[in-house]
This record gives sequence, structure tokens and C-alpha cells, in this order.
Amino acid sequence: MLEEIRTTEQDDLVINVGPQHPSTHGVLHLVITLNGETIKKVEPHLGYVHRSIEKMCESLTYRQFILTTSRMDYLSAHINNHCCVLCVEKGLQLDVPPRAQVIRILMDELTRIASHVLWWGAFAMDLGAITPFFHAFREREVINDIMEETCGTRLTMNYMMPGGVMYDLHPNFQKRVHEFIKLFKSKLPEYHELVTNNVIFQERTKGVGMLSYEDAISYGCSGPAARGSGVSSDIRKLYPYEIYNQLQFEECLEYGCDSFARYQVRMNEMMQSLSIVEQLIDNIPEGDIQAKTKAVIKLPKGEFYSRVESARGEFGVYIVSEGGTTPYRIKFRSPGFSNLSALDQMARGQKIGDLVAMMGSLDLVIPDIDR
Amino acid sequence: MWSFSKIAGIIDNWLNQTFSPAIALTIEMVLVGVLVIGLFALLGLVLVIMERKVSAYMQIRLGPNRVGPKGMLQSLADTLKLMVKEGLTPKGADKFLFNLAPFVAMIGAMLVMAPIAFARNFQMWDLNIGVLYITAISSLSVIAILIAGWASNNKYSLLGAMRSGAQIVSYELSAGLSILAIVVLTGSLQLSDIINAQANGWWIFKGHIPVVVAFVIFLVTVTAETNRAPFDLAEAESELTAGFHTEYSGMKFALFFLAEYINVFIVCAIGATLFLGGWMPLHIGSWQGFNHVMDYIPSSLWFFGKTFFLIFVIMWFRWTFPRLRIDQLLNLEWKYLLPISMFNLLLITIMAIMGWHF
Repeated sequence: MLEEIRTTEQDDLVINVGPQHPSTHGVLHLVITLNGETIKKVEPHLGYVHRSIEKMCESLTYRQFILTTSRMDYLSAHINNHCCVLCVEKGLQLDVPPRAQVIRILMDELTRIASHVLWWGAFAMDLGAITPFFHAFREREVINDIMEETCGTRLTMNYMMPGGVMYDLHPNFQKRVHEFIKLFKSKLPEYHELVTNNVIFQERTKGVGMLSYEDAISYGCSGPAARGSGVSSDIRKLYPYEIYNQLQFEECLEYGCDSFARYQVRMNEMMQSLSIVEQLIDNIPEGDIQAKTKAVIKLPKGEFYSRVESARGEFGVYIVSEGGTTPYRIKFRSPGFSNLSALDQMARGQKIGDLVAMMGSLDLVIPDIDR
Repeated sequence: MWSFSKIAGIIDNWLNQTFSPAIALTIEMVLVGVLVIGLFALLGLVLVIMERKVSAYMQIRLGPNRVGPKGMLQSLADTLKLMVKEGLTPKGADKFLFNLAPFVAMIGAMLVMAPIAFARNFQMWDLNIGVLYITAISSLSVIAILIAGWASNNKYSLLGAMRSGAQIVSYELSAGLSILAIVVLTGSLQLSDIINAQANGWWIFKGHIPVVVAFVIFLVTVTAETNRAPFDLAEAESELTAGFHTEYSGMKFALFFLAEYINVFIVCAIGATLFLGGWMPLHIGSWQGFNHVMDYIPSSLWFFGKTFFLIFVIMWFRWTFPRLRIDQLLNLEWKYLLPISMFNLLLITIMAIMGWHF
């Protein structure tokens, strides 16, 4: 820490990026030390959207606390909820009906696509191209509409519950998803044409924000941020949950270690998610959507941990139970927090304009970092 | 045929008959001044609504559609809002310079307007060094930006201003060289001479590939000089929030905004004048009938049509490309555009001496 302070000299320019800044996507506060346009140090300050969700969860029942996690990483609300119900089910040793499992995976993957599409638009906007943002929202709207029909809401769905899912699928679901698959396959080449193949975009992202294989591991990065550096970290492959081990999909790895590699991981992941949706959409088994559970859930005494692959990386839920109706202690492992910690390492010696590109390539959602 | 020059002639005659020459001249100058300011305000309004509509079209949106028919009066409402808004001067700012900067930006933009020919025989000041005057005055805009960045007492503004300084100073070289290409071909610095030289065909058609190259370089460099995306590093919304005008509000901000759009209009007007023949109608060789029909379109319409086409192209750039980084921006200028335009100028000089152009 002392060494950190010493690196700030008298002639350095110290700038506060945020908490209100257009490219921090929320209320992240970065204190950056500049030498001209070159970054010497980046110091993230947290706490602006701290809602003490973990403490709050201690007074909520096992059915209620799930809903708070939608408010953390609001772009992958389904996946967060999924992790919570997995943890509770682990404690109850509950078998989930196959139909519910398939529905959960379908929703997860649609959420992942929606999240990555939004990230694509926001990343391009960080680099100064505003138009892709609107194109991204065009496709995201379709997914939101599908979600709205089945779950009733568009952002914080609260669809997962211990033992299964809340409601059955809407009759239109399959038709609408088929339409979406067709639409998205026609739009993805446009994305590549507009952004990926753009010379300026490649100049801005290639060789920028280098995060080596070793650093990615030592900072605890996960998700596309780690896979862009060649670290195999897909929880769906490494610790399969639900029926992921029966599905055909690939873990997207890139070895460029730069922003462009992370960009490509996400673009490829969208295709993989789409292929998972394609595999499942016509094979949804009939049957129950919920396992029988008691009205008041009590977890046995012990510690439970579950993890899923959210759109940003590994999301984990750790519950300590004393046998009551509420958790004794709860801890969420959010991917954004670890990914953000690598920002300083990535940004040193780079230009201030690239800081935005690096932050964008990490896909930070601030309420996820700052619970 | 209807043209501005007739109306101007009638007014001139009437004034000279009614008043003594000195008073008539004074009144004419005041009239021109009022007209320029009026044109400024009008252009600002039109360009803002045009940009918003163009961007909306490219981004699958509707754009402003509430105020007036199809939202056409939106920018009027915005202007009213900016006028009644409080103009803040931040604490610790250099008050005099802070308030001076928007006016410097405005006056710089206004002065460049003087030698532009809006229609046949409709020019405020046809001075014999028109091109030189334009290049000289248009570099004043960087002073306004530097003043604004320095006086704001804001680190973001300072960074933006410094970037802008480096950018405009370097891109002026290529812009100047590509303008010189036309000067070499015409053999005159006077804008009316340049336009008259294009009576039998615009330079972009007459000058073979070197002039097309010069035109492309001109478009790129003026986009950079007017601080518009993909070269909007001085503003760089996602990095520096708004760069040099972060601290400005109300009408002072509006003046910067207006100056930017006027600068866009001016550089496009110059591009249209030098490369696309200004108010000259499109003539194709010996097609007499076609040429006659083209002559019937008023010359002012030709000028504004070409200018607005170029403005559209520059807006198209803005809504398509990501922003460059400062070192990439300077690399592009010093390593690519400058050598190319120097070599290009050499080619054009040879072409002009040998008389190879049409």
C-alpha cells in the first residue's frame, strides 16, 4: 500500500472517473493517476450502490432471498437466481423434474445472449460508435418480449424457485424462440460487418489491455475475461449442473490476452448459446415444472456452495445454515469483483482512451461488484 | 432566371438612389451582417435537426417527433431552453477567458463565411486570396478550444483541449495540401476563379485520380479539423465526458455547439466549391439538352445541394465509426495522409504543367 502511494508524484494528474461518468456503466468510481495521456495507476473505489444484500439475506427466507440476487447482476438475473436455487436444492437434496431443468437452461442461455448483445452495444459505444448500441437493443427487445410472456417481467424475472420454475412456458414460447433464432442468425453477420471487421475497432482493441494467462489466474478472473487469456474456466464444462453434460457445445477460448480476444470470446459464446437453445427448444420433455417442496423451507445444518456460469463468469452462492428458515450467513461470489481487480494491471502504461476499452471488455455491471 | 444577385442589385440601386453612397454602404454592411447572423442561426437549427434525423434513421429510431410537424421545430425549442438556462461560470475558472472562448469560436466560424459563393454572383467578399484566407482563419478555432479548456479549470477539459490542439495543428497540413491541389490546377487563389474554371466540368471529374485522392484526404482531414467522430477526441464523450466544453452551460454551450455545426457547414461548402464546382450545375460534355435542363435549376440550389450532400457524408462517418486513439490519430496524419498528399500534390503539379487534365 505504501508503495502504491509513493507512485503518485507531485506532477501527476489525478482524475476521478465517476461516480457519474458516461462510460463506467453505473456508479463505479475510478481514481486514475495520469502522466499526460498515459495511465500510471487505476484505483477503483466502491460503495456507491452498496445495499448490503448479503446481510439482508440473513433475515429473508430461502424462498425470498433468491429475489435479491436479480438486483445484483441485473443483466443475467435468471442465472443468478439459478445459482441460488441450485444451492437450496443441494441442501434439500431435491431432484428437479427434467422439464424444469430444460426450461431453466433455455432461460439461462437466452439471458446470456441478451446480456452479451447488450455488452456488444455498450462496448462499441465506449469506443465512440453509438449506432451499434441501438442495433443491439433491437435484438435484446425480442428476448425481453419472450421473457415477458413467460415470466411476466422483463428485467428481474424471479422465475426460478427451489424445486423448479414458477410457471409453465407460455404457449407461444417455442414459436417466438424459433423466430428469434432465425432473426439473430441473420443479424450476427451484421454485427461483424459493423464492428468486428472495422479497422478502427481492431486498432483500438488489439494489443490493448493485456492480461496474461498467469495474471488472469492470480486475479481470480473468470468467464470471458479469463477465457480471452486462454484460461479454461467454463463452469458448464468443468462442473456441469442440470443437464449441461448432455449438451453439445464448446468452451470458447482465445489466446490473444487482449480486449479483442475477450470480444471474440463473447461473440463466439453467443453462437454457442444459440446452438444450445436450438438443441433444446424442440426437445422440451413433458411433465411437472416443480418438485414437491414444503411451504416453509428449512435447510439442514451445514454449509452449501453452488456455482454457475453467468454471463460475466463464475457466480457462486455460499450458504451457512443453522437449520432455521433463514440462512445464518450468506456470501455471493460475483464475477465482476475479481474481474475489476485486474483492471489496474491491465491499464498501467496505456492511454486514457484505452481505459474505457478495457473496462468495456471486462463487461462490468456495477451492482454486481458492489452488493 | 431567379437568382440572389437580382434581388441584391435591386436593393443596392434603391439604397444608392435614396441615400448618399457612404450611408448606403453602411446600411448594406449592416444588412449583410444581420443576414450572416440570421443564416448562422438558421443553419444551426437546420443542421441540428438534420443530424438528429439522420442519426435516428441510422439507429432505427424515430428521432424528435413531438414539436412541430415531424419534430421539425425541435431545435427551436432546444434553443429557447438553452437561452433561458443559467450560464454558470465555475469557481476557480478564469472568468474573462472562460466567457471569451465561445465568442472566439463563433467569430472564427463567422469570418470564414465571407468568401464563400452561395450562388451565381452572390458572394460577400470575393478577395483575391480567398483560399489562403479560409485556411488562415479556420485555424483560429483551435485557439477558442484551447482557451476554453484552459480557462475551465477542469482536468477533463484541459486534456480535451490539448488533444484538440495536437489534432488540429497536424491535420491542417494535409487539409492545406489537398486544397493546394485545386489551387495548382486553377492557378488562382480566388474562389470565383476556381468556380469559373469548373464551368465545363467539376475538378473531381476533370482531374483524374489524383484529385479524387485529394478530395478523400480533404474529407478525412476536415472531419478531424471540425472535431467530429471518428476524430472527436477533443470531446470524446465516453472518455472525457465532453472535453473542452464540459463546464459550459446555457447559451455559452450553445455557441460552441453552433460553431461546430457552422464549421461543418463551412468545410463542406469549401469542399463543394473546390472539388464539386460550387454553384456550377452539372454539365456533361456535348449533351446540350441535358445541360440546358441542369441550367434551369437555380445555382443556389446546386450549391446547397452539394454542401448538404457532403454534410450528410460527414454525419454518416460520425454514426458509423468508433473513435480513434490520440496516438493512432497522429500516426494516421503524419505517417500516411501527409506523405500521400505531398506525393499527390507533386503528381497534380506535373499534371497541371503538362496539361493532362481535361
